[in-house]
Amino acid sequence: MHRGRSRALTVAFFLGSMALWEGAVRGFEVPPFILPAPSAVAVALWRGLSSGLYLRHLWYTLLETLLGFLLGSALGFGLGTAVAMSRWVEYFLYPYIVMFQSLPKIALAPLIVIWFGLGLASKVINAGLVAFFPLLVNTMVGLRSADEDRVSLMRSLAATDRQIFRMLRLPNALPFVMAGLDIAMIFALIGAIVGEFVGATAGLGMLIQSMNFTMDVSGQFSVLLVLSFVGLGLSRAVQLVRRRVLFWDPSEKAALERPDEDVPLSASLARDPRAGKKEVTAW
Amino acid sequence: MDAIAVRELSKRYATRDGSVAALEGISFGVGEGDFVAVVGPSGCGKTTLLKILAGLMPPSRGDARLRGTPINGPRRDIGVVFQAPVLFPWRTVLDNVLLPIDVQGLSRERHRAAALDLLALVGLEGFDRRYPWELSGGMQQRVALTRALVHDPAMLLMDEPFGALDAMTREQMNVELQRIWLERRKTIVFITHSIPEAVFLGDRVLVMSPRPGRILEDVRVELPHPRPLDVMNTPAFGEHVRAIRRRFAVAGRVDG
Repeated sequence: MHRGRSRALTVAFFLGSMALWEGAVRGFEVPPFILPAPSAVAVALWRGLSSGLYLRHLWYTLLETLLGFLLGSALGFGLGTAVAMSRWVEYFLYPYIVMFQSLPKIALAPLIVIWFGLGLASKVINAGLVAFFPLLVNTMVGLRSADEDRVSLMRSLAATDRQIFRMLRLPNALPFVMAGLDIAMIFALIGAIVGEFVGATAGLGMLIQSMNFTMDVSGQFSVLLVLSFVGLGLSRAVQLVRRRVLFWDPSEKAALERPDEDVPLSASLARDPRAGKKEVTAW
Repeated sequence: MDAIAVRELSKRYATRDGSVAALEGISFGVGEGDFVAVVGPSGCGKTTLLKILAGLMPPSRGDARLRGTPINGPRRDIGVVFQAPVLFPWRTVLDNVLLPIDVQGLSRERHRAAALDLLALVGLEGFDRRYPWELSGGMQQRVALTRALVHDPAMLLMDEPFGALDAMTREQMNVELQRIWLERRKTIVFITHSIPEAVFLGDRVLVMSPRPGRILEDVRVELPHPRPLDVMNTPAFGEHVRAIRRRFAVAGRVDG
């Protein structure tokens, strides 16, 4: 009963604010190229979806994002492992990593479009570059955070370094790596969109920009809506995997034990403090 | 031949202002199948001694031998139980117990039955598929004990294994450890800062001095096994505890 009432309140609040928005735009005669009414956004969304236009561009952006995510995470994980496991690699690479980390990777997008063209490649590389860092840093921190007692235990069993890595450090790093993947996914989407802004032949980012030129603001709002759902879906997908892989992690168990699967958006955005500590944001 | 022979063992740590002696000229032997308790105040180098015996740390001087061969690195015929259970949360109870088998590259299939037997021995029958976080602290320490026994080591090293448990669980674990020892007859070196625990469990109690750790006394506990918890209320038990406590008072520090 309690849940039903709060759901009804949520719906009522949504409808109320939409009505207020609609009324304000009509009442104050706000020009549609400044702020479109929700009804105009809904119409634009319907037009874009039913004509297949949005889906075509969505597919392209999704492909860029996922390929960039794979590329960036694989590189980030690989290099993070190398840095965490070898003093030598750390000594030579770390200064560059720190330097590169302080650079807003987004600023490289124009250069990357010049080097790799207007096609898929430049967007994948841009997305990968932005997705790379969270994974690099989280992998490094995760691999190094193995509990001293556990390392002692492995050593007392005469385990080799390779065994300690495989049986202890790697599983121990997984909560960090999964938190990194979660951020990397959203970052990859940002990287792909920015890449499309700079120069592209297809994709939702390019669509937004061409709508901007024609002052189609309601169209832009509708694409933004699509993008936020894409972001939400991608993040949910990572979290689903994370929950499967990290069933043993205290922060995941807390999530599993929540009786209500229908977690409020704010809670899923805020995550929990333990997981938050593992997330190193850098872009 | 002694199972463990320690001769003139010393350990110094380098610190910022010179080196600090943790152990000073320690010598003792442990017979095959003996239960030796080592008791001493905090910071007397008990854990250092155990780390040297486990091959986790080299001594500065002297040597320690297990069945005649020097301990100069981790060995596969030693089982160690730490103060914390140190279980891996991503492994089930059975998989945690089989960790030494995995590390040594032995056949899981062949040791599975032994692992399940040991789990039954420590009273964890039917818990093999649970995860560590589903168990209480005492149960987790039982899993750790099982893990230390699964590869059938010659010697068991225990570093205040029940120190983190509540008093009642601790007494119960002491009774069970004694039962397991009587059944399996492993050589056990058991480190504790509780004098009654040392007297209850040990055939012998090595009394250590505050830093630098030396052996003040090697007490033989003449109480027949198996010892029930009631033994703690007997005059003989009390006399042992009193004698050891007096030894500490003379050495200038009272603890436990």
